Amino acid sequence: MRLTLGLALLSLLAAGALGAGLAEAWLGHDPFAPDLFTRHAAASAEHPLGTDDLGRDLLLRLLHGARVSLAVGLATALAAATLGTAIGLLAAWRGGATDAALMRLADGMLALPALPVLVVLAAADTGRIGLPRGEAASDILRIVAILTVFGWVGVARLARAAALSVLARDYVRAARALGASESRVLWRHVLPNIAGPVAVATALAVAGAILAESTLSFLGLGIAPPAASWGNMLSNAQDLVFSAPWAAVWPGLMILAAVAGCTLVADGLRQRRRL
Amino acid sequence: MLGARLVQIAATLVLLSAAMFLLIGLMPGDPIDLAIAGDPRLTPEDAQRLRALHGLDQPLHRRYLAWAGALASGQFGHSRLFAQPVAAVIWPALASTLVLLGAALALAGGVGLALGLLAAARPRLAPLVDAVAVLGQSAPSFWLGILLIILFAVTLGWLPAGGTPQAGGLGEALRFLVLPVATLAIANLAAYARHAAAALSATLAEPWVTAARARGNAEARLMLRHALPNAAVPILQVAALDAGALVGGALITETLFARPGMGKLIYDAVMGNDTNLALVALLLVALVTMLATLAADLAQRALDPRLRDA
Repeated sequence: MRLTLGLALLSLLAAGALGAGLAEAWLGHDPFAPDLFTRHAAASAEHPLGTDDLGRDLLLRLLHGARVSLAVGLATALAAATLGTAIGLLAAWRGGATDAALMRLADGMLALPALPVLVVLAAADTGRIGLPRGEAASDILRIVAILTVFGWVGVARLARAAALSVLARDYVRAARALGASESRVLWRHVLPNIAGPVAVATALAVAGAILAESTLSFLGLGIAPPAASWGNMLSNAQDLVFSAPWAAVWPGLMILAAVAGCTLVADGLRQRRRL
Repeated sequence: MLGARLVQIAATLVLLSAAMFLLIGLMPGDPIDLAIAGDPRLTPEDAQRLRALHGLDQPLHRRYLAWAGALASGQFGHSRLFAQPVAAVIWPALASTLVLLGAALALAGGVGLALGLLAAARPRLAPLVDAVAVLGQSAPSFWLGILLIILFAVTLGWLPAGGTPQAGGLGEALRFLVLPVATLAIANLAAYARHAAAALSATLAEPWVTAARARGNAEARLMLRHALPNAAVPILQVAALDAGALVGGALITETLFARPGMGKLIYDAVMGNDTNLALVALLLVALVTMLATLAADLAQRALDPRLRDA
């Protein structure tokens, strides 16, 4: 039930993101070109959700924002899942001092207030190391890198716990007794059997990344305009509460739907696998 | 256990400060470059002299050690942005943030616990509480804040949309506190409600609860006298794990409502290139968060003797 609902929400958003070009052609507006004669227009047939403070179509910007926000969420979760699984596996397999050091590091990261650290990290001037700010592609890369710094922790803890229990199983001992190399044991026996918990942690990482990206973009440290992201659409919506309150409502609803979708998928996966 | 935890907190602070300092320091350019850009009369010799004066000609690790040493001995330095000593800026901000955090924690804890009790006592209502909790956890807190501003400040006009009172006593200060506290509490209440409900229903399924029921205890007494004290430990655990999220939420709430506090201070310092202030404030916030987590862990041990040997 939860899984279905979550997947339905996410596919709806994904369809919107993919259909942005189609909607653009149909409505015939450019979502990035300001049109100062139609500022703060109310919803109409021409602008189904109205326009923002520069007269750009809100619906089209929401759909383009879906591309950026979902891409950041997925890319961060993939990077975090890869890094986290590798670290969790390493900790469980090596044990001893390696395990202790990695898990204390994870504890330390968990204990930190992530948002202030992310704000300081996001403000670092990456233009000086060859990643210009303000271009959509490099902004996305920068945000994904920053969010991965914290994203791996949750995955690593779950992966380590699952790998520890798998490594103690009889079939792992049997494989080792049959002369399987350690890399084969990890790749063929451990990795497939920890896929469940890793999938749950990844779904939660997508949710966390979408929320964090929207927060950073809201603060003006994430995806910079004119590119649209749900977070940066809200950053000027704060000034619009008097003139165009609806402009403040829609992007938040999109974030809510995306994050709730990921959370429901994670819950559903967890229930199905009885994790 | 306490000693080990304090060592871990100290180690985390050292690693965090080193990582942040080096990361910011690795970027080319320094305050003297800014000064040259601002005053064309500065000669290269002047720049050299200024760099030597501020120790900026030293290698990065030396500069870090000098900075960290000064910090450890209580010299927080000067804030360029506020043109005041950092200490004078940071303590009032911390007090303001602690007020916001305390009020939000009390509200979120109280309402979250009540919702958890409701879900555990009336299983038919549990899916509803669960749905509200998922929605609450998924909504970005700054958006909730904007919605509250639209409803209570713009449409109804009951409460101020942000800022701080210019005059007036406690009542006026409280009026400015309502919306930020509500925003922060709503954003964090969902996690408490979900975990309280889960912990309470797990406790209610224990055999000794059935035994107590068989002895003729009323349901209300079962819930409050038997289940709640035993569910307190997992609830505290969530509170400890969520301390970082709560502090992060305070940052965004303060920025949204233009409340002077640690969150807004860090944001302003970052935006105004006041690196020293940003780093000091960040370390202080991290320290407060970790101490809060430690306090919640100690409270768990005080409540549950089984945890003490672990």
